[in-house]
Amino acid sequence: MAINFKHEQSAHCENGVSANMLHFYGIKLSEPMIFGIGSGLFFSYMPFLKVNNIPVTSFRPLPGVIFKRAAKRLGFKVIRKKFRNQQKSMQALDTLLEQGIPVGMLVGVYHLPYFPKAYRFHFNAHNLVVYAKEDGGYLVSDPVMDVPTKLSAEELIKVRFAKGTFAPKGHMYWASEIPKNPDLKSAIVAGIKKTAKDMTSIPIPLFGVKGIRYLAKQIRKYPEKLGKRKASQYLGQIVRSQEEIGTGGAGFRFMYAAFLQESAHILQQNWLNDMSEEMTKIGDLWRSFATETARIVKSRSQMEDAYNQVATILETIADKEERVFMELKKIKA
Amino acid sequence: MKKDEVPQDDANLLEGRLTEPCYATDENGNYTTVQSVGWDAKNVVIQQAWEDVNQQIEDTKQQVLLGHVSPISYYMHKALMDTKILADYTGFFRWTVKKHLKMKHFNKLSDHKLQKYADVFQITLQALKNKELL
Repeated sequence: MAINFKHEQSAHCENGVSANMLHFYGIKLSEPMIFGIGSGLFFSYMPFLKVNNIPVTSFRPLPGVIFKRAAKRLGFKVIRKKFRNQQKSMQALDTLLEQGIPVGMLVGVYHLPYFPKAYRFHFNAHNLVVYAKEDGGYLVSDPVMDVPTKLSAEELIKVRFAKGTFAPKGHMYWASEIPKNPDLKSAIVAGIKKTAKDMTSIPIPLFGVKGIRYLAKQIRKYPEKLGKRKASQYLGQIVRSQEEIGTGGAGFRFMYAAFLQESAHILQQNWLNDMSEEMTKIGDLWRSFATETARIVKSRSQMEDAYNQVATILETIADKEERVFMELKKIKA
Repeated sequence: MKKDEVPQDDANLLEGRLTEPCYATDENGNYTTVQSVGWDAKNVVIQQAWEDVNQQIEDTKQQVLLGHVSPISYYMHKALMDTKILADYTGFFRWTVKKHLKMKHFNKLSDHKLQKYADVFQITLQALKNKELL
């Protein structure tokens, strides 16, 4: 059954899947709205958690969290299912598609044929929607792409059962209960409160603005502690997660600024426009951090000065973000 | 970032398959998105990561030629895997995979087991047995 599923590209896959699915059920929200309501902005630096021997820096919460929070705050119910058996997972998918229900799923990107090669590594938390079956193949709305794509059954099985960290195991999800009039205002307030709290008051120095400060401190020690090659690898990795496909630029900071601007209008609270402008400035600082880092990586510069300089940018960012989120904490409906 | 400041530095990392939406402000300060083909700073760090990967593949190749490690190690790195991912794909335990990375264990592997690796790496059993480094 062909359903009228409108595909729209988004910066980030999880926002995009949520936005496109909600739109299908008659609720039109922008990507920044979903992102903000789902409290998608975050920061964490986890030196003990390494991928390819490089510590993980992340600008977002764990995969799946944005969607889960957005669903809860907007009041729609989601059913989730994982599978052991590949055939059964495809049958379950077919049954839903026959009923005209678009199905969201988690997949690995390594085997996604339409993905650019430079981005195909073993990352298993990519989201897309399968919305119809056609000539034995599946019509796919992948938010990263600007148009819908198609996957054969074999290709789809391969990505649904990718292996490694966060193996998706055929994980799929679909909406079961749709709110008629979601309470947008209280959803926005709840979303902002959670982000503000997580960015300023988790009592572990690896998260939120404390995490940014901790990272800055570590960066100052990088050249001496790690040597030339490793230091630049560590630094480069931070910028990769900041600017990888899906952040909309500057580690989601611009997307969040867009969300605050839209919220100012919806809540009729003008001060949020000022917060949005502050957030834009912060995003610009993240971009200078990236530019300076790229310079270090390119020249393989060992200059301690250069590392100190990027660390200083991060400390400025931490101070500014702390001020913004302390203000945002006070938000009322 | 302003709309007209959104960088368009193409390093062909997206292979023309897509462009990325970036959030930026228009002349009135309102947010909008602008499609971007890339940004120098970002291209540099992505290329750095691939250089490191390729270096590792090349190093492993030399190790195989010297007989220090088995071809499985080469193909594992080439497929951007580590022992955990490879264990998950083959169904072997991680410690078993680690063992198979050593030449003396590799030489004793049955065709049946080698076939599992060959399937994951999408090469022929014969190529793996002949220690071809494709």
